[in-house]
Amino acid sequence: MWLYTDTVTEHFQNPRNVGEVDNANGVGDVGSLACGDALKLTLKIEDERIIEAKFKTFGCASAIASSSALTEMIKGMEIAEAEKITNEDIAEFLGGLPKEKMHCSVMGREALEAAIADYRGEILPSAEGQVVCECFGVTDLEITRAIKESNLRSVEEITNFTKAGGGCGKCEDQLESLLRQTISEGLQIVEVNKKPKRMTTLQKIKKIEDVLEREVRPGLRLDGGDIELIDVDGDFVIVSMRGQCTSCAKSETTIKELVEKKLREQVLETLIVEEEK
Amino acid sequence: MAADKVVYLDNNATTMVAPEVYEAMAPYFTELYGNPSSMHTFGGQVGVAVDRARQQVGSLLGCDSAELVFTSCGTESDSTAILSALRANPDKRHVVTTRVEHPAVKNLCENLGSMTGTKYRVTMLKVSEDGLVDFDEYVNALSEDTAIVSIMWANNETGVVFPVPEMARAAKDRGVLFHTDAVQAVGKIPINLKELDIDYLSMSGHKLHAPKGVGILYVRRGTAYAPFMTGGHQEHGRRAGTENVASIIGLGKACELAGEKMEEENGRVKELRDKLEHGLMTSIPRSILNGNKEQRLPNTTNISFEYVEGEAILLHMNRFKICASSGSACTSGSLEPSHVLRAMGVPFTAAHGSIRFSLSVYNTEEEIDFVLDKMPAIIAELREMSPFWPGQ
Repeated sequence: MWLYTDTVTEHFQNPRNVGEVDNANGVGDVGSLACGDALKLTLKIEDERIIEAKFKTFGCASAIASSSALTEMIKGMEIAEAEKITNEDIAEFLGGLPKEKMHCSVMGREALEAAIADYRGEILPSAEGQVVCECFGVTDLEITRAIKESNLRSVEEITNFTKAGGGCGKCEDQLESLLRQTISEGLQIVEVNKKPKRMTTLQKIKKIEDVLEREVRPGLRLDGGDIELIDVDGDFVIVSMRGQCTSCAKSETTIKELVEKKLREQVLETLIVEEEK
Repeated sequence: MAADKVVYLDNNATTMVAPEVYEAMAPYFTELYGNPSSMHTFGGQVGVAVDRARQQVGSLLGCDSAELVFTSCGTESDSTAILSALRANPDKRHVVTTRVEHPAVKNLCENLGSMTGTKYRVTMLKVSEDGLVDFDEYVNALSEDTAIVSIMWANNETGVVFPVPEMARAAKDRGVLFHTDAVQAVGKIPINLKELDIDYLSMSGHKLHAPKGVGILYVRRGTAYAPFMTGGHQEHGRRAGTENVASIIGLGKACELAGEKMEEENGRVKELRDKLEHGLMTSIPRSILNGNKEQRLPNTTNISFEYVEGEAILLHMNRFKICASSGSACTSGSLEPSHVLRAMGVPFTAAHGSIRFSLSVYNTEEEIDFVLDKMPAIIAELREMSPFWPGQ
């Protein structure tokens, strides 16, 4: 069972502005039956202001509530303002959505954009992208945009927001590389925030060795000491202190404060470093 | 109908613990807390009660009680059976199952490689539009390399019943072990294992008015068996871990009741199901029955209401405290609709709007009338809102 906010439930049970606007001059039609949700938004726009907005939605409670919320938000709004509405705004209006349902709010934003583009006689750029997820027909431009706008940091989040990758899963590698590309193009996101979901022990050992060599050993060597990686067992990293460090009374502090901290930052947050007894 | 009364039509998900079952269990939570393995009478009498429960299960399944192992659930029984057969036949690298199995079997079969460290070829038999397997195709899939067949007796989503006795016979004729997940079938279909060629059968307590957390694995005498857990000697060394005594007693009682109520299940319950199904299909246009109408459990009906989405339907039903399930993508947290309906080729227009109603002997005609009264308006309201609804 989904835990919906009272606002979501209320909008689902008593949806506002259901139907189609007569003589609409902006129509946004997004989603499909196959995808499991679809929204047709019809607008009446006069003097660059939305004077009427109605919706028809095929979908779950959060899709219906998102559509209802969207029409309430944009009624009476100038187009220039409405254009700035993001899916996060829709979700916020509803007091939040379960993360797996965020794509419902994205559908609202997409329909709004499509309706405004229709009013202006424009073609949406996202429709011109390359399809990445064939199951749900999601293009690279839509995915890149979601990554940037909602600050997505994993393939799972991309699926929650755009549905891409939620079908057969064949495009997961592509999503991963789009994610990397978009993040590296954007603000200087520090590499350490990108924690892979699961690492093999070999990958862990290699990363741990890298960090030890780069960040830990130079300092220890200045004091005539050294550190050796003995074993990695799940989250436990077993090390042995060498040289001057062996007899150092502070070796435990060194291990916890320096080694464990560095490894947690740069390899895996859950690692526990212990000295070989 | 009292406004606060729950109308529970989701009995394939789980069932109410029968009052008689609860009553039978109660002493084993309080005064009869001994360990069945103990030497003293205080514990020993509990062991006697566990054996009596085993006999009650044996009577319902038509087998010797010594062929029964108490487990924690249907899933444990499924895993134990399939992995036992594979371990006993290390040279055979082929498994036959269907595309519409419960995840307990489906996900295991899809991950046998990582589970066992051995590569297996898995034949997942396709089903027809009404959810049935082509018998010739099944027989042709069996080969000398087949280690085990695992085919559900009745489908949890559609209630469609496979010809398991004939399928088991065909497997035996070719020297192949046969497992059936009978979680939905027990208590609804008469089963007499003595006369059948089934090697392993799984069942679950909470689908027939026993509590959650107890299941059964039937292992035909002399059939390969590898325990799922290692430890103590309980269940004659076949299932380590102190017995879930109260639930086992409950399962025994529930099996006794199920035997007594089998007729009612196939009579009164079936009539209620048919009334519900017929009523919905006639009062709601563009509704489609999913699954074969004849070869089906007496308590289940799966109906698609075209152009509307299942979660939205369920949440509107929820306002009237009517409980059912949906094969829609949105109810599962995944983005794909039910694998069972997809395997049957149910079009997307219908798969997302499928609702499963599953009844039990505790349902009344008054409840069915209540549902028949409420459903048409729910579907109509959602259709009015649907951009695809073409009108009647």
